[in-house]
Amino acid sequence: MTVEIFTSWGNVIREPQESAPLPSRHADFPAAPALSSLLPYGNGRSYGDSCLNVGAGLIPTRSLDRFISLDVTSGLVTCEAGILFDEMFQVIMPAGWFVPVTPGTRFVTLGGAIANDVHGKNHHAVGTIGRYIVRFELLRSDGQRLICSPTENSGLFSATIGGLGLTGIITWAQLQLRRIAGPLMTVDTIRFANLDEFLRLQAESDREFEYTVAWVDCLGTGRQLGRGWFERANHSPTSAGLPQERPRGLNVPFAPPFSLVNAASLRVFNTLYYHRPRSQRGDRWFESYFYPLDSIGNWNRLYGPRGLYQYQCVIPDAAGREGTAALLNTIARSGQGSFLAVLKVFGALESPGMLSFPRKGLTLALDFPNRGQSLERLFAELDAIVRASGGRLYPAKDGRMPPELFREGFPRWREFTQYIDPRCSSSFWRRVMDGA
Amino acid sequence: MKKILVMGAGSAIAESTARLFAQRGDSLFLVGRKADVLESMCADLRVRGAKAVGMQVMDANDFGAHEAMLNGAETALGGLDTVLIAHGTLSDQQACQASVEQTLHELNTNGVSVVALLTRIAARFEQRRTGTIVVISSVAGDRGRQSNYVYGSAKALVTAFTSGLRQRLYPLGVAVITIKPGFVDTPMTAAFPKGALWAKPQQIANGIVSAVDRGSATVLYLPSFWRLIMFIIRSIPEAVFRKLKL
Repeated sequence: MTVEIFTSWGNVIREPQESAPLPSRHADFPAAPALSSLLPYGNGRSYGDSCLNVGAGLIPTRSLDRFISLDVTSGLVTCEAGILFDEMFQVIMPAGWFVPVTPGTRFVTLGGAIANDVHGKNHHAVGTIGRYIVRFELLRSDGQRLICSPTENSGLFSATIGGLGLTGIITWAQLQLRRIAGPLMTVDTIRFANLDEFLRLQAESDREFEYTVAWVDCLGTGRQLGRGWFERANHSPTSAGLPQERPRGLNVPFAPPFSLVNAASLRVFNTLYYHRPRSQRGDRWFESYFYPLDSIGNWNRLYGPRGLYQYQCVIPDAAGREGTAALLNTIARSGQGSFLAVLKVFGALESPGMLSFPRKGLTLALDFPNRGQSLERLFAELDAIVRASGGRLYPAKDGRMPPELFREGFPRWREFTQYIDPRCSSSFWRRVMDGA
Repeated sequence: MKKILVMGAGSAIAESTARLFAQRGDSLFLVGRKADVLESMCADLRVRGAKAVGMQVMDANDFGAHEAMLNGAETALGGLDTVLIAHGTLSDQQACQASVEQTLHELNTNGVSVVALLTRIAARFEQRRTGTIVVISSVAGDRGRQSNYVYGSAKALVTAFTSGLRQRLYPLGVAVITIKPGFVDTPMTAAFPKGALWAKPQQIANGIVSAVDRGSATVLYLPSFWRLIMFIIRSIPEAVFRKLKL
């Protein structure tokens, strides 16, 4: 066992934690009797404290990165849970397959994608990744190795999807891939002037475009409230091969002494971005379409040594437009927004995950430099709007939501607790269970 | 398409290297001590594109098993043109100082077993006048240091032996490549605190594969800055070196 500094993507928490290694998928659950609890830790791309276990231990899983099988005719891939999407792509894409659902970074592990039941720009069309997990093996601290699927150990299956690593270690998983002709995406980019125009664009696009998402200028107020760019895309039917030379991205080698994301830089960036040249249609590499931020390595460091918070909520359909408008108004008034305010309509397809975040409605996600108290005051205002509209926050992005907001937003938390492995816990879980 | 034998296949450097070969459609025969690790590697390499994959469980210190293993590898691959010798253990220096048995065991694992294998492989490749032999030695073999001189002296044996073997086989068209990795972040070194000098096994693997492709019979420090570091360490006069806590 060694002590290392583990962080999450938000870089707010930088604490030494013990690591209890798992040398292979055949190895036993680490004993680590000196540690009060353990938590599987993938690639640390959750933003807050859901992948951390301060004062206790982590089980790094990146070393579990072997493929087990790939059926190139049916698109069924089985691999160890520590493999990154990026590593999976090297093998599945030349064979004509792609993941059915991808988050905004390809540097997540498969296990992490399951534990957070990730969604992508195609949620309205296909739902979350949990719907495509055929089965997985769960290693429990009592030594049991359980195959979980919708029909076998179905309670644990449903608890583990979106279960934040608390139900044990996913050693391997089987995923149903989706066919693609090649790595290109056909993308339409359309400017919209306000929230109503966005909703109209979504309504006219959601049948014919698998992927839709919008970027919103979170500094716009009044008639400009909710202005931005709408992107809709499909996999291109052209079959170009993978690029031979991957473009080398930029990297942020260290955190500057203060956040480069501030009121001045934001206003300039957002205004320029909104007034970019007119709408266009074109083919783009999948990497630049799905993962624009991955091309800037460690972009989180731009937020300085105090790190960043992401706020991602979903407002259920009935209150969607009003709730989102209220959120955007509040953020614009605060002047604390971020480069990236992402707005997306979630569809009605249900996930098997007990604590799955997405539900039918509108989701808004923004990054904020960590400014301490003034930011928490803004968050409290946003929380009130989310709560009033019956919404909830995404645990994968959260590092601060009040326990009551979590428990109201995820009413199945009580049912979930019976599936938690007695040796597993996390900083997030202890926080949101406070007072329960 | 190469036909490659990997000794110590379960080591992190060997596995990373094997993946690069597999992606190109080469055939691989894996040898190691743990059956479950070899089996899961075989499946992985097949998915990654290896043309054929075989395996055998063997302890490198079982010298009597070497010849049969080599025959098995040649049969399974339909020939053999490349060998990667990557097995080894990081010796516990303190334990070795207290035990002759432990010291000899470490010397066997990291040094003598490599010599035994190389002797048999050299004979095969010498006859055919072709082939590439890659051996993982270590910067630790460049100069004995009190913190790990048992491991270091085993690697010094490997370095000196491969140097001579390279001269002998070079005119015959057989390339012997000595790899000297510096600090590599692997399960073998999990207990060490990691600093700026540490490399990932993937970096070492990239260096190995490009050396095999060039077929350059040479000594390669990986990453290359270790050549300079070790030059300096070797240049320290003994009168100074004996006082250092290295």
